[in-house]
Amino acid sequence: MKSNRVLLSILGWVIGFIIFFPILWMVMASLKTEIDAVATPPSFFFTPTLENYFVVQNRSNYLNYAWNSIVISVFATLLAILIAVPASYSFAFRPTKRTKFKLVWILSTKMMPPVGVLIPMYLFYKNMGLLDTHLGLILIYTLMNLPIVIWVLYTYFKDIPQEILEAAQMECDGLLKIFLYILLPLSKSAIFSTSLLSIVLIWNESFWSLNLTAFEAAPLTAFISSYSSPEGLFWAKLSAASTLAILPIMFLGWVTQKQMVKGLTLGAVK
Amino acid sequence: MKLRVLSDYPAIVVLLIWMLGPLIATIYYSLIRYNLLNPRIKGFAGIENYEFLLTDFVFTDSIYNSIQLLGSIIGITVVLGLLISYLLDQDLYGGRLLQLVIISPFFVMPTVSALIWKNLLMHPVNGYFTYLLGLFGLPPIDWFADIPLGSIIIIVSWNWLPFAVLVFITAQQSMSLEIKEASKMDGAGHLAFFFQIYLPHLGKAIGAVVMIQMIFHLNIFAEIFTTTTGGPGTQTTNLAFLVYRKALLDFDIGGASAGGIISIVFANIVAIFLLRMIAKNMNSD
Amino acid sequence: MKALKAMFIAALVGASAAMTAYAEKLTIATVNNSDMIIMQELSSEFTKKTGHELNWVTLEENVLRQRVTTDIATGGGQFDIITIGAYEAPMWGKDGKLVPLSDMPASYDMDDVFPTVRDLLSHNGVIYALPFYAESSFTFYRKDLFANAGLTMPAEPNYRQFRAYAEALHDPENGVYGVCLRGKAGWGENMAYVTTMVNAFGGRWFDMNWRPQLDSPEWKEALTYYVDILNNFGPPGASSNGHNENRALFASGKCGMWVDATSAAGYIYNPSDSKVHDKTDFTRAPSARTDRGTGWAWAWALSIPKSSKKTDAAKQFLAWSTSKEYVDLVGERKGWTVAPPGTRKSTYNDNYYKAAPFARTVLNSIMAMDPTKSTLLPVPYTGVQFAAIPEFQSIGTQVGQFVAAAVAGQMSVDEALEKSQSATDRIMRQAGYY
Repeated sequence: MKSNRVLLSILGWVIGFIIFFPILWMVMASLKTEIDAVATPPSFFFTPTLENYFVVQNRSNYLNYAWNSIVISVFATLLAILIAVPASYSFAFRPTKRTKFKLVWILSTKMMPPVGVLIPMYLFYKNMGLLDTHLGLILIYTLMNLPIVIWVLYTYFKDIPQEILEAAQMECDGLLKIFLYILLPLSKSAIFSTSLLSIVLIWNESFWSLNLTAFEAAPLTAFISSYSSPEGLFWAKLSAASTLAILPIMFLGWVTQKQMVKGLTLGAVK
Repeated sequence: MKLRVLSDYPAIVVLLIWMLGPLIATIYYSLIRYNLLNPRIKGFAGIENYEFLLTDFVFTDSIYNSIQLLGSIIGITVVLGLLISYLLDQDLYGGRLLQLVIISPFFVMPTVSALIWKNLLMHPVNGYFTYLLGLFGLPPIDWFADIPLGSIIIIVSWNWLPFAVLVFITAQQSMSLEIKEASKMDGAGHLAFFFQIYLPHLGKAIGAVVMIQMIFHLNIFAEIFTTTTGGPGTQTTNLAFLVYRKALLDFDIGGASAGGIISIVFANIVAIFLLRMIAKNMNSD
Repeated sequence: MKALKAMFIAALVGASAAMTAYAEKLTIATVNNSDMIIMQELSSEFTKKTGHELNWVTLEENVLRQRVTTDIATGGGQFDIITIGAYEAPMWGKDGKLVPLSDMPASYDMDDVFPTVRDLLSHNGVIYALPFYAESSFTFYRKDLFANAGLTMPAEPNYRQFRAYAEALHDPENGVYGVCLRGKAGWGENMAYVTTMVNAFGGRWFDMNWRPQLDSPEWKEALTYYVDILNNFGPPGASSNGHNENRALFASGKCGMWVDATSAAGYIYNPSDSKVHDKTDFTRAPSARTDRGTGWAWAWALSIPKSSKKTDAAKQFLAWSTSKEYVDLVGERKGWTVAPPGTRKSTYNDNYYKAAPFARTVLNSIMAMDPTKSTLLPVPYTGVQFAAIPEFQSIGTQVGQFVAAAVAGQMSVDEALEKSQSATDRIMRQAGYY
């Protein structure tokens, strides 16, 4: 059976390598000189250089952009989770006839292409003084992500078996107590992974972040835009900028991976 | 009773306001003639904007493209996602690291991933694929000219496969260890386990993945904008891109708003259709 | 004594308050090309001189256009300085969205700026944007490859000869393609070049009644020629190659000829950017039935939206960044080959000619630009490589897509023209031109 494990692991890693290859290639390109980056044939062997990172840092204030990205995605996610958790809980544990309808309706609010409402939103934001502010982006992202967060949490909550709920109801009374002391700990991982999902979605969202900001609140998507297809050779620099842009989120993913996948410790609850 | 009302109300109220506002504004704009760059155009338009959009030959192409994109991407990500998350569930060497590696494409910004695929990998002169093909003596493929929609599908699927994997992995954690042990002792091979126990258990997760991806992929924009800008011809113009052209190239707000409303209607049709397909899974609990 | 001291302190406080009150933070939206990147680096000089600081918002061209146009159209007021081109400046100036700039100080020497460039950015004689570089288009060619093939490039080539040269130079086994031309879809990408070709063949976008002319024989002839030469003697993937990609191809030695922006000459000529810096020569863009409108007319310029609240400080920046002194600054600090070309007579001095032998050809092209005389037949619009109407962005983009599809072999030239004509007709109709 050991050989089975070895075979499966090899298969897994081959797939992993294929999937990871574009990112690997990008990081390698970021360490090449511009001429090397577009050389034919492309090569795995080259003399690495950090010059692209220096140029990128000199030209644009990476830290400012990164900070904006962090602030906006974290706060918008917090807000969304705050509003969504009670809703998903109620949908999952106290479903009514209208629940399914409400769920689908919630999802349908996300179906308008953002570009269709750009101008009305822009005018609205301009009149409210929300253009190029952190608050402006936080609000719109909270609202944009709310449907997704509600749905994903609902799916996870629904997975919690009824027995636990019933057992809990026999032990303590009051919905709030059940919620705080039993369900919340159990759904920790679900909330974590949903939060991560929300943060990533906001981090990568380029449409509103490019159109509603100028300088003060511009996140990393604007940073990337200044490196995409200028004149002349720029692949190495773009790769460096991209690596810098995804670094924080990759780090976050790595750190929270354990929590995400620990899962409901059903086995321990007896 | 009271608590329930309290708990889903905030979400519903917030979303109601959020949705109604822009929706009403969009409906209003779709019924007038309004072009930001051309002050000569004004007045009530009635259904003119809708008529104009629906009779555009690009419109039918865009609907067709939207459906193709949606179907292909969801199909690829769900199928591959299930297979990969099942594989990861087996106790592999370096499993945790492998998981991170497989999940990483999701963190890459759509614009960035499109640029990398387009220029570092798929470019017919400098790209890595060209080099690989050359090793086998094959001519380079001009991805974005010959299979433009396919290329977009590949790029977006790569970006979103990790999402499916992530959701499936988290969902499968709730599969009690006992069930797994029991079936192994019963002598169930991988195939039987996969189809009879694994898949049904993940039914709801699959449903969630499909629904969420549907929302995102109906409005795919960044990748198209960065690589093909809707072409060649109209081959990668989906509904969202068509609306973009109206809104931000023509600055025809009337037309763009009509496009927005049509998008919502279209999306709702697709949603109802998909829901019917998934309804079985959701109810079987 | 006390009173004097008090007055002195008051004056000091007043003066410093005044100085800090004047130190503005200007938000500038620009495109991410090398000239702007250089300007960003050198802008610390401006801050030293005036105390005003700059917040740079650098975006890719399409995104920049969309962002700036949205802001201008809605009066959003997000930017104090914007980068626009010869397409937007006259139209937005006419609509009153830009601050008129006819009151520049004498030290700016407006007369030093080429009249053809000034006109590109003015409406009714009032200039609305100050140019920081101007360009036309011409032919780059490899004199070494020409010599090897026993050919000489004339000073005024025509498209018949052009095709013959492309055929002679095309040598894909040795990694050389006969000709590289823009194929990527976009009103400022492939359509900029294709429009000049259509002009050369005697065609035009609209007749005097604003009816689109894409179904005319001249358009068909031009497009057939274009698709033919790219497919037979061009690089693979030509339909996705824009200016940047072709520049990279030419600079790495893969093209025998290239017709594109004069502003790229500096980079082709720079040994650290290009492998062919000592093997390239330049000549006019090819003509056919006429040489009118064969070299396009474009300038990137800085302008101030009316919605800005810091117009005085903004004007100072505009004056600084497009002045003679700035050109000198770039020449000294970064080398004369990257000095912003095509805007001022004073740039074309001996230093410049010595460092940049292509300068004279560029200068001739700039002087020959005339957006009012770009076609053989009369037209109701101005513009060499575009038609200066707001609808053109959308028309050019859509037609550009069909043209690129024709190059990619996805549709025939006839089909591409038919669809383009139909799409253009719809847009013009909806906009109320007829």
